[in-house]
Amino acid sequence: MKFPIRNLVLVLLGAGVLAACGKKEERASAATRDSEVSVVRIGAASPLTGPQAHIGIDIKNGTQLAVDDINASGLTIGGKKVKLELLAEDDEANPTKATTVAQKLVDAKVVAVVGHFNSGASIPASKIYSDAGVVQISPGSTNPKYTQQGFKTTYRVVANDDQQGPVCAQYAVGTLGAKNIAVIDDSTAYGQGLANAFEAKATALGATIVAHEHTTDKDTDFTAILTAIKSKNPDLVFFGGIDTQAGPMAKQMAGLGIKAKLLGGDGMQTPNFLKLAGDASEGAMASIPGLPKEKMPGGKTFLDKFKAKFNAEVELFAPMGYDAVFVIVEAMKRAGSADPARILAEMPKTQLNGVIGPIAFDEKGDLKDGPLTIYAVKSGKWEAIETVGGNAAAIPAAASDSSKPAGDKK
Amino acid sequence: MDTLIQQIINGLVLGSIYALVALGYTMVYGILGLINFAHGEVVMVGALTALSIVKALAGTGLPGPVIVLFGLMGAVPVCMALGFVIERVAYRPLRNAPRLAPLITAIGVSIVLQQLMMLGWGSTYLSFPPLLSTAPHSLMGASINDLQIAIIAVAALTMGGLVLLVQRTRIGRAMRATAENPSIASLMGVNVNRIISFTFVIGSALGALAGVMVSANYSIAHYSMGFMLGLKAFTAAVLGGIGNLAGAMLGGILLGLIESLGSGYIGDLTGGVLGSNYRDVFAFLVLILVLVLRPSGLMGERVSERA
Repeated sequence: MKFPIRNLVLVLLGAGVLAACGKKEERASAATRDSEVSVVRIGAASPLTGPQAHIGIDIKNGTQLAVDDINASGLTIGGKKVKLELLAEDDEANPTKATTVAQKLVDAKVVAVVGHFNSGASIPASKIYSDAGVVQISPGSTNPKYTQQGFKTTYRVVANDDQQGPVCAQYAVGTLGAKNIAVIDDSTAYGQGLANAFEAKATALGATIVAHEHTTDKDTDFTAILTAIKSKNPDLVFFGGIDTQAGPMAKQMAGLGIKAKLLGGDGMQTPNFLKLAGDASEGAMASIPGLPKEKMPGGKTFLDKFKAKFNAEVELFAPMGYDAVFVIVEAMKRAGSADPARILAEMPKTQLNGVIGPIAFDEKGDLKDGPLTIYAVKSGKWEAIETVGGNAAAIPAAASDSSKPAGDKK
Repeated sequence: MDTLIQQIINGLVLGSIYALVALGYTMVYGILGLINFAHGEVVMVGALTALSIVKALAGTGLPGPVIVLFGLMGAVPVCMALGFVIERVAYRPLRNAPRLAPLITAIGVSIVLQQLMMLGWGSTYLSFPPLLSTAPHSLMGASINDLQIAIIAVAALTMGGLVLLVQRTRIGRAMRATAENPSIASLMGVNVNRIISFTFVIGSALGALAGVMVSANYSIAHYSMGFMLGLKAFTAAVLGGIGNLAGAMLGGILLGLIESLGSGYIGDLTGGVLGSNYRDVFAFLVLILVLVLRPSGLMGERVSERA
């Protein structure tokens, strides 16, 4: 009886020693893994709550997809394995909150930031990123001022309003033949910037601006200003603002019996606009920077991947958010370092074929030759009708079945 | 001329909604001397509840107005219950506390409701299905649709009914007695707690009605819609004389007209110096002017005795 017990004790002791060794080994390997793979944080900032949350979440998902894709294929910077980590913050489309978020991201030692969406948020935040020397790539801010403040850190992967507004004006006056135009803006940096750029170019082209009315980015009742506009009899209404206002606005225009066509900027060209405006969306037009989602060089694959991962349609700016991450990572690779200053130094050399097309920046950080596409709502869907600028020539005529101007519709 | 008529119609529709919401503020203030800042959120809950019901029924082939009526019939009891609970939980325990305390719980309730609804309904703007005919009728050169006519008519009827309730019924008399002096009313056999609950329930029912109207008319609803609407309605209540039923109605209609005519004409009147972006400025400018020149409001003869 003694023997088996002694054996048992020995066995138990041995097992204990082995187990302890195993644990030590595990700990050791975990430590080496940590030192081998360093974590690099990229910031993202967009409105994740509030009226523009659908657009902000779209951007966040786009950046998340890029980070996951890059991590999945493995990233090596300067010979070291790197894992990207996305730090997504909510700026509530609020300029004040944007600066708080910017400071938070800077404090969290992000190497670069994809954001913000609203021009009104990107501009105040840009000072903080600039002071910290962190590259900021906005996926959707189109106000020209953003890159004109003399900061080295400001970049964007969309065409700006200096390009967008005039293209809309050109289309309204040139193609649609509008003579009397009413302009509405939502009193935000984006809406006002776009509306003013449009107004200047339309006037230069010989159209008369019969009214310039204002609303806010929280209003849903536009009957008063629309009635004032109706009395001026415009043949086109241009709206600088986003879908949450544009939707009810289109509806109220129909209700008031305004026959003028509604034309707007990129903020309006979303599935949400169609939902909010219902039948009244028919015939509405909007320009957006970039090529049609489906016509983007990497568009098809991107849309499928996005749908599979998030079970949601791309609203608008997800591809820009996706590409912005790649721009940062490419700069990191060239620099051979994840140091924000080294990334910043490499940014001007960006030459990338992204989802949205070729990406290169001019000296201010604006997208070079950003193309623009004019869309119109036909049978309840946004359809591309004309692509202007950029490498448009290289793209086969967008949606050939609908190449006629939307003006012919009625 | 037709522009003027159109602006008046716009103002009346907006004003009717403001008036209904303002009644909720003014009734509670009249009885408790409390500004129920959560009232705007009750309106929002009403709108979103109705929206969900309407969306669920939208595919059933029932006629549009019937579906909206079902939505309303769902939203009203929900809001009535909500009003009852808010009073029980947030205000009654503080009935004898300093006046600031229930004001703070009011703001707290407002934030809680907003966030809860955001969790449930999401943070995006939701569209109200286009079930009601919005084909414009021509009225002296201006256009008005069935829904807008319905809004003005229903608001007027409801307000008339409320006045009858307060002035002609037993419970109305109890409400007036409680407003005058709760302790004496209770000595006279009025169950003050029940009257206060009743007031909240009625105010919330009107709020639900306003919520359905506003979301059906502008075909949009979202979790933060109650905030600005509540502020405007509060302004309307103060404008008319808070605590005074007729004042709230007058204040609401006036505020709607001021906003609509103000933002419609200011650009032309000032030669483009001031624009329609001053719309909200009008509402609050009116509030400040009334507070400075006539603190008891247009129709408030007396500043509430317990103020």
